[in-house]
Amino acid sequence: MSYKVALRVWRGDAGAGDLTDYQVEANEGEVVLDVLHRLQATQASDLAIRWNCKAGKCGSCSMEINGRPRLACMTRMSVFAPDETLTITPMRTFPVIRDLVTDVSFNYAKAREIPSFTPSPTVKLGEFRMQQVDVNRSQEFRKCIECFLCQNTCHVIRDHSDNEKPFAGPRFLMRIAELEMHPADTADRREIAQDDFGLGYCNITKCCTEVCPENIKITDNALIPMKERVVGRKYDPLVWLGSKITRRRSHDTPEVPNTA
Amino acid sequence: MSDAEVNSDAVVGNTGAGNTGAGNTGAGNTGADDMEAVNPWAGDVDRLPYDVVVVGAGGSGLRAAIEARQRGKRTAIISKSLFGKAHTVMAEGGCAAAMGNVNPHDNWQVHFRDTMRGGKFLNNPRMAELHAKEAPDRVWELEAWGALFDRTKDGKISQRNFGGHTYPRLAHVGDRTGLEMIRTLQQKVVAMQQADAVEFGDPEAMIKVYAETTITELIKDGSAGNGGRIAGAFGYFRDTGRFVMFEAPAVVLATGGIGKTFKISSNSWEYTGDGHALALLAGAPLMNMEFVQFHPTHMVWPPSVAGLLVTESVRGDGGVLRNSEGKRYMFNYVPDVFRAQYAETEEEADRWYADPDNNRRPPELLPRDEVARANNNEVKAGRGSPHGGVFLDIASRLPAEEILRRLPSMYHQFKELADVDITKEPMEVGPAQHYVMGGVEVDPDTAAVPGVPGLFAAGEVSGGMHGSNRLGGNSLSDLLVFGRRAGMGAADYLDGVTARPAVPDVQLEAARSEVLRPLERADGENPYTLHHEIQQTMSDLIGIIRRESEIKTALAEIDKFRERAENLSSPGGRAYNPGWHMALDLRNILLIAECVAQSALERQESRGGHTRDDYPEMSPEWRKVNLICSLDGDRVVLRRQPLPAMRPDQLALFDVSELKKYMTDEELVGLDQDQPSEASEAPARKADESAPAKKAEDRA
Repeated sequence: MSYKVALRVWRGDAGAGDLTDYQVEANEGEVVLDVLHRLQATQASDLAIRWNCKAGKCGSCSMEINGRPRLACMTRMSVFAPDETLTITPMRTFPVIRDLVTDVSFNYAKAREIPSFTPSPTVKLGEFRMQQVDVNRSQEFRKCIECFLCQNTCHVIRDHSDNEKPFAGPRFLMRIAELEMHPADTADRREIAQDDFGLGYCNITKCCTEVCPENIKITDNALIPMKERVVGRKYDPLVWLGSKITRRRSHDTPEVPNTA
Repeated sequence: MSDAEVNSDAVVGNTGAGNTGAGNTGAGNTGADDMEAVNPWAGDVDRLPYDVVVVGAGGSGLRAAIEARQRGKRTAIISKSLFGKAHTVMAEGGCAAAMGNVNPHDNWQVHFRDTMRGGKFLNNPRMAELHAKEAPDRVWELEAWGALFDRTKDGKISQRNFGGHTYPRLAHVGDRTGLEMIRTLQQKVVAMQQADAVEFGDPEAMIKVYAETTITELIKDGSAGNGGRIAGAFGYFRDTGRFVMFEAPAVVLATGGIGKTFKISSNSWEYTGDGHALALLAGAPLMNMEFVQFHPTHMVWPPSVAGLLVTESVRGDGGVLRNSEGKRYMFNYVPDVFRAQYAETEEEADRWYADPDNNRRPPELLPRDEVARANNNEVKAGRGSPHGGVFLDIASRLPAEEILRRLPSMYHQFKELADVDITKEPMEVGPAQHYVMGGVEVDPDTAAVPGVPGLFAAGEVSGGMHGSNRLGGNSLSDLLVFGRRAGMGAADYLDGVTARPAVPDVQLEAARSEVLRPLERADGENPYTLHHEIQQTMSDLIGIIRRESEIKTALAEIDKFRERAENLSSPGGRAYNPGWHMALDLRNILLIAECVAQSALERQESRGGHTRDDYPEMSPEWRKVNLICSLDGDRVVLRRQPLPAMRPDQLALFDVSELKKYMTDEELVGLDQDQPSEASEAPARKADESAPAKKAEDRA
């Protein structure tokens, strides 16, 4: 089955832009990215689209389709009625480079601020021993393909760009949770999760979980348990007493690297 | 701090006096005024000095960059896409390394043997040896950098079965192993940058990622043509279209494969043979480009996802192939050279999963070339599935929860894209282009490219390691082993460089004007149209089964395509203009298409990823030959070069009876014909002993 689909595609750059109407052929079994590619090949050769694997594995083709943040390669045309107009816009939270491509460097900057994996220096190569049950939790978070749809959706930054500095966003709070739950990691990131990466800004509305193409339970499995750990530490009487006496962070809390 | 200023004391020699400022200082000698009049963009080349420039940010590129940085070299990583998106993320099944965690009989010798058999003994034996020996350390290293592989009961890294591997050997994370690898390497780069931030006050002082940057030319310090040493790499930034000249004495190519030369391919858009073409244009030899792997199982339906990979782990974990008659047909396709190691009945094959020491392997786990040809053949014989594939059945073989645990991405992919529940029904699959065994010739130990001082290559872009066919799982380990060696090789090379090579202005200007051509030309051809036609031609005429007349037709077509490629035009500007990028990539695709076609025409035998209808036999004489492509002017020329011989201690790892199936008599002179070697994988040996008649037949 082949039909013409009406597309309204945002065209423009950092300066200005607008929705442009196109009529493009669509065929049975196709995804939105196929139709955008056909548009590119036949009518708009300079239409900027970021994509790579077209298999839902690299997380490059993030955009907003009828207002919903999605991967274009995993959005089947059959979820829309044939006579429905598809409005395709770039991710709103990030600055536009051109057309559907945004500048996602914010995310790479945040990634670089999180203190890295810190194994015990005494474990020799090949001698790590971890049980499957203990790696399951962090493995779920490592399914993340860094499409940044959660970052784009989270209202803490989507609607308040001044929060970009104090708030790392769901993807990187999840990264902290991943390291926190990593059986071979020795650092304690609970205090900096709250103080430096803005875990407290998250009010668990679960929008991040809803748009995750990997179906990672970001809120339930990463952010809420992380909040519990932060609180557990904060109200530990010994930790409290220690912080009053030394006014310093505990010895296993890593420094937040100054990578700006 | 600008890049030109950062930590210049880490840079060997002087940083190219007069060349370090931004802006094009070169055109002045060649009539800059005229150029500016014609071209409004003159003077827009950023010149960035580095020690090592790694082109490619997949597994091998990142591993090379990490190694170069650890050896004190200031390193740039050039990524055609965003950081962390490289094609490595698509690898599913695992990373082969003889750690022996699941079966203690495994060791490097067994892995070496499997790799040589898989490649039909055309592999560079030294590369296969280094790979087998070093892979375990490289995997364990990833673990120390934070990777979380699936575990065995005793807490070690779990290993799974795969085609052609005697023992469970693939370290894996469900079916998303490549993602785990690339993320781990990415995070290791970040960790190094954090340490550099402390030490130098700048995270990018010693290692920096240039995302969405494409290299279009390698620049040498000699005059144009074949002379000279590597002086750097020229390219453009995707977002702005600005040009960049990375000035560096050492360049590591880690650009991956050539999949976008073919229509149905599992490869991502970046795979346009960039590194192969860059090397060729810089005077480097490409070897054995006829060997293209068609992975046997990809989705065939719906059409838009045709080519999407279905991991070999499905078969490693018990999945079987059936035709439209419901027959498990792989038993009919076991070639003589492998007969001793593979089961002859379904009962024996099924027993193997639980008791591999006393049964032979199921034929679904033959190397990929064999399975791909079988699948192709079943469809051609009219026994295919409704959409032109065959059936891959895991639903009837494992409980649903087990399928979900072991193959979550496959479940997700079929559910989302094809409305197929793989825990309830079989998948429809068929072969698609997946990998290229051929590539840039390299020195096994240093990854140095012969004839081009300062050039290194690792990963899929390099050749030799996999012979005529790569085993599944050997790619991820290849990336790590030879990525590291390329980083070492580049660092050692730099230690011997006393004066930094200079970038000749005339070459820089030539590279620059070539890149601008499609933008300046009005009313030329649409690059997307030409690309589609090239892919169609390559898939139709130089696909999984080849014959002389078709290859000749393809060569004639390629000639016409090359003429048309001279007349491409890309409307629009320089900022993030995919039509322009496509036009530039087509030069590489066409060069590679010609190399594949010429090599495929020349090699008159069938071996691994090169099947000739008109020469169906494997020839011991041809086994001794590497086909080398190089450039003479703008034409690809071919020559034959002897394959490096196996050392006596490597030969001794095989039974002479097995070597006889591949080698000429004179190659075997002096080997003790009756002395069994230590090639004693338990099931194969048992099978041999229980089937003497079969063995005698094989010898005949």
